[in-house]
Amino acid sequence: MTATPSPAASARGTEVRLTDLTRVYAGSVRALDGFTLHMAPGEFVALLGPSGCGKTTALRLLAGLEDADGGTIEVGGKDVTSVPTNKRDMGMVFQAYSLFPHMTARQNVEFGLELRRQDKATRHQRAAEMLDLVGLSKQADRFAHQMSGGQQQRVALARALAIEPQVLLLDEPLSALDAKVRSQLRDEIRRIQLEVGTTTLFVTHDQEEALAVADRVGVMNAGRLEQLASPAELYKNPATPFVAEFVGLTNRLRCTVSGGVATVLGGSVPLLAGSAGDGPAVVLIRPEGVEISTAPAGSGSVAGASASVVSASFLGASGKIVARLDASAGGGGELVSVQVDNTDVTAYAPGDRVILSPRGDAALAVAVS
Amino acid sequence: MSTRHTERRKRAALRWGVIGLTLLFFFIPLYGMLEFTTRDLISGGRTGRVWTTLVDVGQVTDRYPALAEGFLASLALALFTVVVMLLLLVPTMTWVRLRLPGLTRTVEFICLLPLTVPAIVLVVGLTPIYAWVSYLLGEGTVWLGLAYVILVLPYAYRSLDAGLRAIDVKTLSEAARSLGASWLRVMWQIVLPNLRTAVLSASFLSVALVLGEFTIANLFSRKNLQVAMYELGKSDGQLSVAVGLASLVFAFVVLFAMSFVGRKEKS
Repeated sequence: MTATPSPAASARGTEVRLTDLTRVYAGSVRALDGFTLHMAPGEFVALLGPSGCGKTTALRLLAGLEDADGGTIEVGGKDVTSVPTNKRDMGMVFQAYSLFPHMTARQNVEFGLELRRQDKATRHQRAAEMLDLVGLSKQADRFAHQMSGGQQQRVALARALAIEPQVLLLDEPLSALDAKVRSQLRDEIRRIQLEVGTTTLFVTHDQEEALAVADRVGVMNAGRLEQLASPAELYKNPATPFVAEFVGLTNRLRCTVSGGVATVLGGSVPLLAGSAGDGPAVVLIRPEGVEISTAPAGSGSVAGASASVVSASFLGASGKIVARLDASAGGGGELVSVQVDNTDVTAYAPGDRVILSPRGDAALAVAVS
Repeated sequence: MSTRHTERRKRAALRWGVIGLTLLFFFIPLYGMLEFTTRDLISGGRTGRVWTTLVDVGQVTDRYPALAEGFLASLALALFTVVVMLLLLVPTMTWVRLRLPGLTRTVEFICLLPLTVPAIVLVVGLTPIYAWVSYLLGEGTVWLGLAYVILVLPYAYRSLDAGLRAIDVKTLSEAARSLGASWLRVMWQIVLPNLRTAVLSASFLSVALVLGEFTIANLFSRKNLQVAMYELGKSDGQLSVAVGLASLVFAFVVLFAMSFVGRKEKS
């Protein structure tokens, strides 16, 4: 995943600028509050955030399905703020299954082409290409109720792409699918997007999904963009505590801050910019930023904080140990998640005495007062 | 085990008993009508005179022009009412569901209101309006359809509402809009085809109601099938009852055809 879209993609995509967008519901609820986003041609941007943060509203405003109360929307250099939905030339895949139930997969894909007055032969050929692109050539004559959820969303994607839209809008298209299909389709969406090079806005509340497919991820909170960065940048250098907590699993531990360094788990951790000033604070540390080792027998003192294992879970590619800090360690019984190699999980059992310490390059350390 | 078996048999007997009683309730009057229309009032035996007269369209038209006129007027009224009702309700209900969900209760209340207003009261209210209708559009019976649209609103609303609830109109229309469809096309190509059963059911209920309507037509001195039957009854009671029975059978046939269409679509 790179922050810059591939040149081939850029050549075909369209630039999108959302500037200072505001949307107010029921007179007082500000779903969007000065939302600004610039998408480069061919770029794949994911909007991530908790429910009600305004991410879907931003997408619906771009689609023209709702009207903005303020701000401007530019697509390909043209102001489309007051252009109706059906004239905006955008392909959209919805969270709910949206195939027209009375049409076959092929007819669904051909619908947008028919509206563009393309002749029958061209429509047939384009629909066949698109269904082939999403791997559903054999299901062309099936109706929605004869297809699985994943297949329906693939057809919806083919239908959205068939019209060669300026922008592809994906409104949580995977949320109704089971985990395996979701991950397959997620990768497929990325492959297809790179192939066709359409500028894409993808809305999701699933951070793994966003980090896996997007060139850049925008984290939203209370109608505003908190940070827009590449997935790696977002994970390693969150701009705000909200981003730090929302992206990735994070431990919250009490600490003392002094001169940009937090003292926690018996060690020192350099803090990221924007952290709290000197004094007592709470530090956010990722599970992979904590080291764990078995406590030595006897009473010899070791650098780190002593704790007892609460649970040890095997997660497939990795493992997770949850330990409770001893009250004497200054933590007062806080729970700490530690990421370990999957082969190390069996080395720990509930009740085992362990020593926790921060890694020198703690994956994340933001102190909040 | 045997107690449970006995219980089940008792319940089955009760079920069949209720069904039997219901059928009797419906069919005894129909049998009465059939018996009356086949009675030879002079010799006391049985005769098919009334029914042979009724099936001879040419003879009916010649001898009972009012009946033919009433029948045709009722058919025209049924068609007019269905068309106006669909043009009024389908876009309105779809729009309310899509854009003005807060108005759902109000629209439902307005549509169900005619149920609570007796026809005679409705006529009192409609009289001054129909004075204008007659002045502007003429005295034609077909304009009664405007009043009938109000009468059929509660039934049509219920059918269409059930149809709209069964599909995700919002997502479907937004999908169609994003692909470039105008609102007219969304209604015609996306909403209506998916409301087919609901539209058929609303249309049938409207047809059934219009074919059986008497009060408003009579009070406005317009001639529809029911008014013609009533007038015919004054001169030939047997033929009038036969026409009534035939119109009921006609309604049953339409109902059966409708349920068949609905089932075929589901499969």
